[in-house]
Amino acid sequence: MTDFEPRIVAFLCNWCTYTASDLAGTSRIQYPPNVRIIRLMCSGQLDPIYVAKAVLEGADGVLIGGCHPGDCHYQSGNYKARRRVAIIHQVLEQLGFDPDRVWLRWISASEGQYFADTVTEMVAALKEKGPSPFRRQWSV
Amino acid sequence: MDGWLEVHDSTEQTINRLLETLLTSGVVDGLLVPLRTPDGRNAVPTLVRDPALLERAAPLAPVLPVNGATVLGRITATGAPGRVGAVLRNCELRTAVELSKVQQVLLDDVLLIGVDCLGAYGVEDYARLVEEGLDAVTPALMAAREGGVEPLPGYAFRPACTMCERPIPGVGESYAPHIAIGLLGVPNDERLWISLRDEELGEALGLEPAEEPAGRIEAVRALVAARTAERDRRFAAFHERVHDASSLLAEFATCILCQNCMRVCPICYCKECIFRTDVFDHPSARYWDWAARKGGVRLPSDTLLFHVTRMLHMAHACVGCGMCSDACPSGIPVADIFRTVGRAVQARFGYVPGRDPAEEMVVATFREDELRELGER
Repeated sequence: MTDFEPRIVAFLCNWCTYTASDLAGTSRIQYPPNVRIIRLMCSGQLDPIYVAKAVLEGADGVLIGGCHPGDCHYQSGNYKARRRVAIIHQVLEQLGFDPDRVWLRWISASEGQYFADTVTEMVAALKEKGPSPFRRQWSV
Repeated sequence: MDGWLEVHDSTEQTINRLLETLLTSGVVDGLLVPLRTPDGRNAVPTLVRDPALLERAAPLAPVLPVNGATVLGRITATGAPGRVGAVLRNCELRTAVELSKVQQVLLDDVLLIGVDCLGAYGVEDYARLVEEGLDAVTPALMAAREGGVEPLPGYAFRPACTMCERPIPGVGESYAPHIAIGLLGVPNDERLWISLRDEELGEALGLEPAEEPAGRIEAVRALVAARTAERDRRFAAFHERVHDASSLLAEFATCILCQNCMRVCPICYCKECIFRTDVFDHPSARYWDWAARKGGVRLPSDTLLFHVTRMLHMAHACVGCGMCSDACPSGIPVADIFRTVGRAVQARFGYVPGRDPAEEMVVATFREDELRELGER
């Protein structure tokens, strides 16, 4: 399993976590290249279908990044995202899929280092877990 | 106000006369009530304005061709010109409560009339037992007097009914209808147990006030306990079957993606569902890419995505009416799956679908001081 490189699909809000990832880049902070970033205007824009699609297509992990509670650019989008993530975790768990492959993290625009640390930490955790059970499933 | 309503003739005729009184006295301007189809093989929700039609009313017919809350939405959502009395089972009542939260049913001008549910058959089974000349109502009432709810020999209730722990209107965190008609644990050939939300209606209906009889309380408790045990057995059986990706795929292996489960689901109300758009009509080359990556790709694609997305979107409000299982041509126990998943989601938020129209749906609201462990390291 040593050559296993997890693939992470990240849904990041424009105002905080995406900006943090940008800051990590412009600050030349090193972090593993395992993450494919999709920018949303707000974590509250995240329809759970995107997460389900990523999971069933075989993504090893899904990272959802938003502004810290109270800091949402649109007042309350991150609170709505938080409820949806709680639902996603419950549903995945009931279906026998490890919910800990779906992470929600509040990362503000100034936390470039924290973004890099989060990705590093997630890649390590997913390497522990091994590939997604859906990675090679053709019959989804 | 609670009390007895004397039975004259038969139980069903007594209920029908009560309905007629509501209509002719102007308490309601119309009734949504199951009527026997002309051939008698089905009983379908019908908006009745002419009291003469009530002779075909079959409020006790043990069949559920559609969730009545769906059709209650049709006749109220964009403004009812009058007040409607809706005769519903408890699963339908609870659905009506959920749909009212998303403005798909307007309860303002609805008089909710709940009837104890003594179990229901699938439409095919019901038609067959009528063809065989069987009377499903009389034996069910007879058994209910002793607190029993059993299907006719050789027949089975809809799977969702066997695991329904909320068959009694207003009982077990269910929203109390304006009129609840009790059949279980009472001498339903002599008198019916009626619970009213408003006092005045009691006088109009000639109700004799009384305390709830101990026999009924015990019968309801025993039925709820038995159904809860069956529900938990089915939950456990689901987890026994489904515990990883392969077994999850096996559960839905026979799905033909007809989307019947979605079409009949009263909670899946969206007019523009993503699965009815061309979002999943991918460019041809993309299927080839997927096939290259995974060795092959099942077609039509996104079968499991359809079900999982439906769970993510509506399991929090699933009332367990079981229309999905009835509609599945492949025999997938959709209701078992959605109830199992739904219960976990609902428990996470302390939410009970159908409990109270004043509660907001799980995904329609949030609290700042909840779920704090999410989003933190």
